[in-house]
Amino acid sequence: MSSKSIQGTGGAGRAGDKVFSGITLLAGCLILTVLFAVAAFLLWQALPTFTASSDDISGGSGFLAYIFPLVIGTVIAAAIALLIATPVGIAVALFISHYAPRRLAQGLGYVVDLLAAIPSVVYGAWGMTVLAPALVGPYNWLADNAGWFPLFAGPASQTGKTMLTAGIVLSVMVLPIITSLSREIFLQTPKLHEEAALAMGATRWEMIRMAVFPFARPGIISAVMLGLGRALGETMAVALVLSSGGLIASLIRPGNQTIAAEIALNFPEAYGLRLSELIAAGLVLFVITLIVNVIARWIISRHKEFSGAN
Amino acid sequence: MIDTTLTRSASLTKNQLPGWALWATFAASIVLGAAFSALLGFSIATFAIFAAVLFVAGSTIATRVVEGSRRAADRFATNLIYGAFILALVPLISVIFTVLVRGIPGLSMDFLFTSMGGMTGTVDNETVASGGPVLGGAYHAIMGTLLITLWATIISVPIGLLTAVYLVEYSKGGPLARAITFFVDVMTGIPSIVAGLFAAAFFGLVFGPGTRTGFVAAVALSVLMIPVVVRSTEEMLKIVPNELREASYALGVRKWRTILKVVVPTAISGIASGVTLAIARVIGETAPLLVTAGFVNTINLNVFAGWMASLPTFIYRQLMSPTSPTNTDPSTQRAWAAALLLILMVMLLNLGARLVARIFAPKTGR
Repeated sequence: MSSKSIQGTGGAGRAGDKVFSGITLLAGCLILTVLFAVAAFLLWQALPTFTASSDDISGGSGFLAYIFPLVIGTVIAAAIALLIATPVGIAVALFISHYAPRRLAQGLGYVVDLLAAIPSVVYGAWGMTVLAPALVGPYNWLADNAGWFPLFAGPASQTGKTMLTAGIVLSVMVLPIITSLSREIFLQTPKLHEEAALAMGATRWEMIRMAVFPFARPGIISAVMLGLGRALGETMAVALVLSSGGLIASLIRPGNQTIAAEIALNFPEAYGLRLSELIAAGLVLFVITLIVNVIARWIISRHKEFSGAN
Repeated sequence: MIDTTLTRSASLTKNQLPGWALWATFAASIVLGAAFSALLGFSIATFAIFAAVLFVAGSTIATRVVEGSRRAADRFATNLIYGAFILALVPLISVIFTVLVRGIPGLSMDFLFTSMGGMTGTVDNETVASGGPVLGGAYHAIMGTLLITLWATIISVPIGLLTAVYLVEYSKGGPLARAITFFVDVMTGIPSIVAGLFAAAFFGLVFGPGTRTGFVAAVALSVLMIPVVVRSTEEMLKIVPNELREASYALGVRKWRTILKVVVPTAISGIASGVTLAIARVIGETAPLLVTAGFVNTINLNVFAGWMASLPTFIYRQLMSPTSPTNTDPSTQRAWAAALLLILMVMLLNLGARLVARIFAPKTGR
């Protein structure tokens, strides 16, 4: 009786093994198909834009002329965000990993993770109703005192809804990402390296420069790249905060627009050629973020053996 | 005797700032900061900036004079790191404070259980004129968010789990496994709006242009959710000790039953919390919903037909195009109440993930 039951399960098991491994393989392939489909369907729907005559595209001078200011705007917003968030994020990560008292550090790490989970639309609403009005004063001051510098040319926006505000909101959103990734890497620094540096009489800062940073450099770079990917694709913060317009150099006047916000603002009412135009813009954004992410992953995998930042 | 101890302690603390020196610098920089700020017309922002700059400069110079340049560099770096931490706290506290202060007045039972059906600008104008409570609520949006997220979970959890099982248990590091790992990483970085565009483009092609339903939105969200599920499950399956698998094989148990009965149950706590965190990540996504589900003011509980509201798009619409263009206050109040609700959901999911991890954690038989 017992041998029968063993044979019974054995037979079912053999088929079960094949079926189950087949199903898991199928799921894996499905993911590849989905990513391929993302690219394929976007390309398919965007195709009319590339074949249409340049007069029919918004702006009336072809797709390149339409997308170029948007790409520049996207890059500007992401650049502002990273310029602010990178030093602050790394410093906060260092604070949590090497400066704060241990008991406080654990709680802080958890809080940072929670902040990364706050929905982007909430950050956008905050930027629109709290940050933008608060920045009108500083912008006026900048326009008066630094107006000769093209980035701060006046007259400043009187609502505060400018590219600089959008960049600051983005930096607040990117900060938790950079912080939590760098913190993990800082914590993985070999204790012996740190203690060796301290034993040689190094101050804490010298220890960080000599033991922590060289070890964590690839990890920091990839954290920043992942933050860049997030900043490039972020939609709602910019859509809510920026009062958009044509491409201008000044960061404190209304103007400029990013790809993601352009899509979000115009897609609901779009049809026909305008629709494929926006999808083509989405394709461009997809390609840009893809390149950024692939570079980030490449850096991580190149340094995998000794950084542990995977 | 007394003389020797005195000289010894003096030589130990030689070239060191006394303990009160930093506090003195701090007090001085606050006083001077207030004075400078008052010259420009006092404001908290300029006061804080002046005081911070003065403190950093003052303490660094004092350290340099007494303790030398290496100590000064250390002091400077310490100051900057503490400063960066405080600087980072300001916007984050401001966000949470704003949401709480503006959200709590609007959060009521009426808000939770009525929709925006029949709410027009006239109603809001009358509310403002009569000073009554704000009418209308987010019931339709709450139900939409829950349904769309539920469907996204239903789609992505099986696919994500099975892929992770394939990667950890079946693939032997071959090219296909490496391709999947690489593209899952790449998918993590897809901008959410592109995921929305993909779902819109796909369903537009199959069911005719302009197809917008809750299900399209769920597909868009699962594109964002699958990589998170795969990554967290993969990590969890990897840390299941090999001895458990070998013990199971030694008893003659088939591989698939080993996976289902031994490996997955051991890792279930981590998997469940990973899935919960993935849900928390997508529940607040706005951009993909904007292009896939549309927005309506009425209750629609059918994900397969008709436009569907959701909390994030509700917030966005109430802020960008208020119900009454002349009296925007009721709309703003609704938006912040919805924002508070959304944050509460995300926080609960995050806490839930921790709880789940603790509850399902395998019993250590010791």
